[in-house]
Amino acid sequence: MEKSNKLKKGITTYQLFWPMVGLALLLLFNLIFTNSFFVLEIKDGHLYGSMIDILNRASVLMLLTIGMTLVIASGGIDISVGSVMAISSSTIAILLSGKMLAVNGQQQFVSNIPVGFAIILTLGLAMLFGLMNGLLVSKLGLQAIVATLILLVAGRGIAQLITSGNVITVYNEPFFFLGGGFLFGLPFSIFIVGAVFLLIMLFIHKTPFGLFLESVGINKVASRFLGLNVQTLTVICYLISGLCAGMAGILMTSEVRSSDPNTMGSFIELDAILAFAIAGNSMAGGKFSMTASMVGALIIQTMRTTLYSKGIPPEIMLVVNALIVIIICSLQSDRVKIIVAHVQKYAGVK
Amino acid sequence: MIANKELLIMRNISKNYPGVVALLNANFNLKEGEIHALVGENGAGKSTLIKVLTGAESLESGEIFLSGNKIEAKSPHHAQSLGISTVYQEVNLCPHLSVAENIFIGRQVIKNGRIDWKEINTRSERSLARLNIKLDVTANLDEYSVAIQQMVAISRSLDISAKVLILDEPTSCLDKDEVTNLFNVMRMLKNKGIGIIFITHFIDQIYEITDRITILRNGECVGTFETSSLPRVQLVAKIIGRELEEFKNSVFTKKDMVGTHSTNNITFYSGKQIGRKGTIDPIDISIYKSEVMGLAGLLGSGRTETARLIFGIDKADSGNTSIEGKEIHINSPLESIKIGMGFCPENRKTESVLADLTVRENIVLALQGKRGLKKIIPRKVQVEIANTYIKLLNISTPSCEQLMKYLSGGNQQKVIIARWLATQPALLILDEPTRGIDIGTKVEIQKIIINLSKEGMAVLFISSELGEMVRCCDRMAVYRDKKKIAELSKDEISEQRIMHLISGG
Repeated sequence: MEKSNKLKKGITTYQLFWPMVGLALLLLFNLIFTNSFFVLEIKDGHLYGSMIDILNRASVLMLLTIGMTLVIASGGIDISVGSVMAISSSTIAILLSGKMLAVNGQQQFVSNIPVGFAIILTLGLAMLFGLMNGLLVSKLGLQAIVATLILLVAGRGIAQLITSGNVITVYNEPFFFLGGGFLFGLPFSIFIVGAVFLLIMLFIHKTPFGLFLESVGINKVASRFLGLNVQTLTVICYLISGLCAGMAGILMTSEVRSSDPNTMGSFIELDAILAFAIAGNSMAGGKFSMTASMVGALIIQTMRTTLYSKGIPPEIMLVVNALIVIIICSLQSDRVKIIVAHVQKYAGVK
Repeated sequence: MIANKELLIMRNISKNYPGVVALLNANFNLKEGEIHALVGENGAGKSTLIKVLTGAESLESGEIFLSGNKIEAKSPHHAQSLGISTVYQEVNLCPHLSVAENIFIGRQVIKNGRIDWKEINTRSERSLARLNIKLDVTANLDEYSVAIQQMVAISRSLDISAKVLILDEPTSCLDKDEVTNLFNVMRMLKNKGIGIIFITHFIDQIYEITDRITILRNGECVGTFETSSLPRVQLVAKIIGRELEEFKNSVFTKKDMVGTHSTNNITFYSGKQIGRKGTIDPIDISIYKSEVMGLAGLLGSGRTETARLIFGIDKADSGNTSIEGKEIHINSPLESIKIGMGFCPENRKTESVLADLTVRENIVLALQGKRGLKKIIPRKVQVEIANTYIKLLNISTPSCEQLMKYLSGGNQQKVIIARWLATQPALLILDEPTRGIDIGTKVEIQKIIINLSKEGMAVLFISSELGEMVRCCDRMAVYRDKKKIAELSKDEISEQRIMHLISGG
């Protein structure tokens, strides 16, 4: 094909454009109305500031959104991620329990199980739950929302059983580095999310997985007929979603230094779905943009931080939240685009 | 006949899609009590014209008048309330609702604050009776064949008081009797003064039923003609826009193309007593290399079912299968593909096309699926493969990065064929590859089929059009009522013979 035959694409047709506009608008608002929002300070060799704070706090949601994006792209949904977070939080808290020992004459807390091993066990358990979701959806053919609803409900019970209904406090100092430590002056959680995002992007774009996933999401029958293993691909998505939820649970536990099976990750699955949708991805599955999803997660966290810093009471916050979501989502609706095009056309005529 | 008052006028309609001008200053007039054929190759702009009329696509420029009033339909529902009803090419009803629910969806009959099911059911039965169809209207729609579903869709449109009725290739899935029924109903409506826009690829049907013909080509109006004064050959020439001589040359037979070529009878696929309860009785079938094997029969007679068994979509519950003499068990399409099979299914929209992906992605997917997750085809090679087949099969698209949904039906079908050719199959199964496709592309696809077999490929070919089957096939299995009733050798194949067998006479 000659170059002149290539389709001319306006910048607004790229999926990433509108979520970026949404994020930019939020930041612009902060630039004007929030004092010292963009100020970065260095204290004790660490960077501090609202921007860093947003990135740090968004890390849990971004992890969940990565898994959620794959699952919804495959034509399903995973509403159990909050409960899997709670399970993994309880699990790691129990595994890391131990007793105070005198080491070199100092009182020091020693866990029963080494941190690394505890993390691997916890992630393994989270993946097991992801696998269960995947098998229920692909092998048994349950509707995704029903299959994962089972774990949404049961998962919180399991988490409470693990901790016998108690809030467990964690004392393991090295473990706190995950959610509270700094590397090169930046919060360590940012590096975790960055690494997971990078690996997933490689998996999507450097293997045919991304193409297969979109194909399955668009049309399962056609995908099977052209030789894709639809069941395996589906299971992989739920497996990754479970793994991401496990990591999110560990990260959150490390940050707050305790595990509360009742509240940990409660309703956060809705935020992950919202991040996916705000990004202009289709809830029907198929074509998706992982990068846009990440921007979606950042929008949600920026919104939250902004409203906190404005001192808006929580009950009003939900309403403001909803309004912003409506604006961003309608920016991407085809109808609104047509109306905007019409307005431009008539404005141009006059 | 009722006075010929203008019912619908469409003037200077234009519409652009990304990279394609779909319609350019098209004009279309419809009179009361007229059956008006709208014809043209795929991508000529028929569907676009209808979509603009029914509000499925917005009007970019031009004017539409209905009974003298200027209208602009905002949505198909709005168009319906204006009196414009459509029955689309592929049935667009709700398969999980009952027949009656489908006929009355959106306009429930309310009695005492509740839906009056009894009334809905009797009225549904009555409206179906007008098509000479008797059904259990409380059964789910998907329990019926595609042909019946089509009739329900038509019946729904008839039931909504329509001034203009659009039938978008309603007959492509119907058998002869059903077509006769439909035509009777169309004549009845015509006498009531309803204007009918009839979109079809069947030349015979145009001459049987229509009063006038409007021809579109490449988004522009070629013209409107009285059916009785336009000779068939000229109609075809105007549709495909080629010189008459060239068209005559493109009507060919396998013998013309192949000359002294003879099949060498090396078996690629052999099935012994393969069958599946409820769908097809056990049959013997073998497919040779360098040969086009045809499966003839009516819809649901077992021809598609055989193809699905061979390709491993459905599992056979009896019999043995062997490939090149080696016994083999096929459990999934992927296994068949690895053995060297390819399968273009009957329903493009639901079983093969991935509308939101690009042409390139649609073409490389089967090959990539065959290679698995580990060995990705580099982007550059993907583009090369796509462009090779775009050129080879003469696929009309601005680039290989065009989204599949913007291609016309015929070009989509070529992309699906390209998808399988890219895997270099030893056996290619084509189930109705030319359905709903214009004459020009049909001839091209037939030539591709014959050429492939000449190059050594085994081809299993299924089609409802006996003409093209006779032209292309070296051997043929004939089906009736889920049974294979005969196998014809090349010299025995003729339209009369096949029809005789199918009808059971």
